[in-house]
Amino acid sequence: MVDDAQQPSHAAPDAGADIRTTRNEVAIDIIGLNKWYGAFHALRDVSLQVMRGERIVICGPSGGGKSTLLRCINRLENWQQGRLIVDGVELTDDLKKIDEIRREVGMVFQHFNLFPHLTVLENCMLAPVWVRRQPRKEAEAIARHNLARVRIPEQADKYPAQLSGGQQQRVAIARALCMQPKIMLFDEPTSALDPEMVREVLDTMVALALDGMTMLVVSHEMGFARQAATRMILMDAGQIIEINQPEAFFSNPQHERTKLFLRQILH
Amino acid sequence: MSSIPSAGFVRGAMIVPAAPPAVQASVRGWIRGHLFNSIGNAILTVLGIIALAALAWPTFRFLLIDAVWRGADRSACLSETAGREVGACWPFIAAKFDQLMYGFYPASQRWRVDLVYACGALLLAPLLVPRVPYKTLNAVFFFGVFPLLAGVLLVGGVLGLTEVETRLWGGLLVTLVISYAGIVGSLPLGILLALGRRSELPVVRGLSVVFIEFWRGVPLITVLFFATYMLPLFLPGNWKIDGLLRVLIGVILFSGAYLAEVVRAGLQAIPRGQFEAARALGLGYWRMMGLVILPQALRLVIPGLVNSFIALFKDTTLVLIVAIFDLLGQLRAAFADPNWATPVTLFTGFAFAGMIYFVVSFAMSRYAMFTEQRLNAR
Repeated sequence: MVDDAQQPSHAAPDAGADIRTTRNEVAIDIIGLNKWYGAFHALRDVSLQVMRGERIVICGPSGGGKSTLLRCINRLENWQQGRLIVDGVELTDDLKKIDEIRREVGMVFQHFNLFPHLTVLENCMLAPVWVRRQPRKEAEAIARHNLARVRIPEQADKYPAQLSGGQQQRVAIARALCMQPKIMLFDEPTSALDPEMVREVLDTMVALALDGMTMLVVSHEMGFARQAATRMILMDAGQIIEINQPEAFFSNPQHERTKLFLRQILH
Repeated sequence: MSSIPSAGFVRGAMIVPAAPPAVQASVRGWIRGHLFNSIGNAILTVLGIIALAALAWPTFRFLLIDAVWRGADRSACLSETAGREVGACWPFIAAKFDQLMYGFYPASQRWRVDLVYACGALLLAPLLVPRVPYKTLNAVFFFGVFPLLAGVLLVGGVLGLTEVETRLWGGLLVTLVISYAGIVGSLPLGILLALGRRSELPVVRGLSVVFIEFWRGVPLITVLFFATYMLPLFLPGNWKIDGLLRVLIGVILFSGAYLAEVVRAGLQAIPRGQFEAARALGLGYWRMMGLVILPQALRLVIPGLVNSFIALFKDTTLVLIVAIFDLLGQLRAAFADPNWATPVTLFTGFAFAGMIYFVVSFAMSRYAMFTEQRLNAR
């Protein structure tokens, strides 16, 4: 059980969330993050603690800063003020630290971003061989294992263009898993998929969640959030509006913005 | 407005996919369908045939039908002696063939040039065929070992081989040496410059931009001139660089700047997501470029690269300006021989050289197309 000392510190009123986690460790610590794109204040004083084993779903209107926040965690975006500590390592301009973090944080993109000139298996083996310096046989075994985990082991020798969208996204998940990350980031993983394929990707993500992976998901899939999330976050205008457990979040939203958002998406 | 039908529809058995109807593929059918399917097309087809005949027939007559095939000197190729209209003077080419191929390379040492040609062909052929394995080893040999081997064999001076000054090299030998060095040397340089131009480090980017703009801003002739005649003035007294080597360096730097922009176009076309995915996996800059970005970018710009290579191959003729006799230079020297002066000598010579240039350029172009089709078939 988590005691008060480990309640997440953030600007919005504490919703009194009771977090069940597998270990009492802080996976991601975001402290007063501020980011500007030129004159536009994209992230406003964002603070959040993500514990190991948590599954956090971030939702909110477009342009609210959800993806920006996610991409800060593996330093695909930089920031002007604030601190970000991932897995005990503080992210600064230090390239070595950044690469260290990126090895432990896997990311799945909205548009899959598979490497089209490599087969599915080669896509999955690339990073373990060249970043973790694993021997090819070992990397291949891990790749095949993860492809089986996302339930497409037979597609190993195909090229990404030959697969459907849902299959490509699952390959992207397998590719991220091959680095054996401690944290997985999902940036709207099902937004570019046909509705029939959304299910298979969400099922994969639920299975990952049940395996105890720490996950940060930007998504509008409320069904998934209800099923797998430990906390729901609403972000708008670059700041965290509300945090709560999924059931409370949906049945009893506190903030006006949350109520408005839920009214708009749950139709 | 028509009324909406009231009955719905529910399919029974699914339709099994069937084969498409057989198309009667015949030549007559194709001709009728593509060349004569409208008045406009028919007229254009007829005009095209007339134009083709007007150009092709005289060429055919000149090169084959009216051509002289045997003879010892100019008299064989004069219309007075032959008693008819004379076409190409092939004995002229036969007589000058060694010069056109080797320049003034000593006759007794020409086996070295032949050996270099043979090694080059033996290493290049398997590299071009996709199915042949051990490509990496092959590439190391062709791009790494072969130049050294060729350098030693052609220049000599070691291993008991007599030294042959580059001054004596000429003809197709020089053309191929400059083309090979130019292509193999300028592509890595071009890639590095393109990466440098896109770099976030201001010094690297600045230097790359300056380099590219400078070398693109001067004509190749000026570069060759400067490299051959001006460069020795800038070098410390007793430091002499071989004339051909100076030309090679100039060509590599010049071509590298052009290729840099071609490669940069390819890099720009790669979606940002590819860079992000590679970074997110923890790949460093060089691994990202080498494993993910450049393989895709280079594939995209194959047409541009081959274009530059073909242009480079033909630009080698400019070395005549610095008194190096490539194929065309050697040909012009051959024209000066009074023993073979006839009205058709020039045409014959240029036709021969033109055919060589065309065959090599066309081969490069076709191979590039073949490569593109193979890569896009995935």
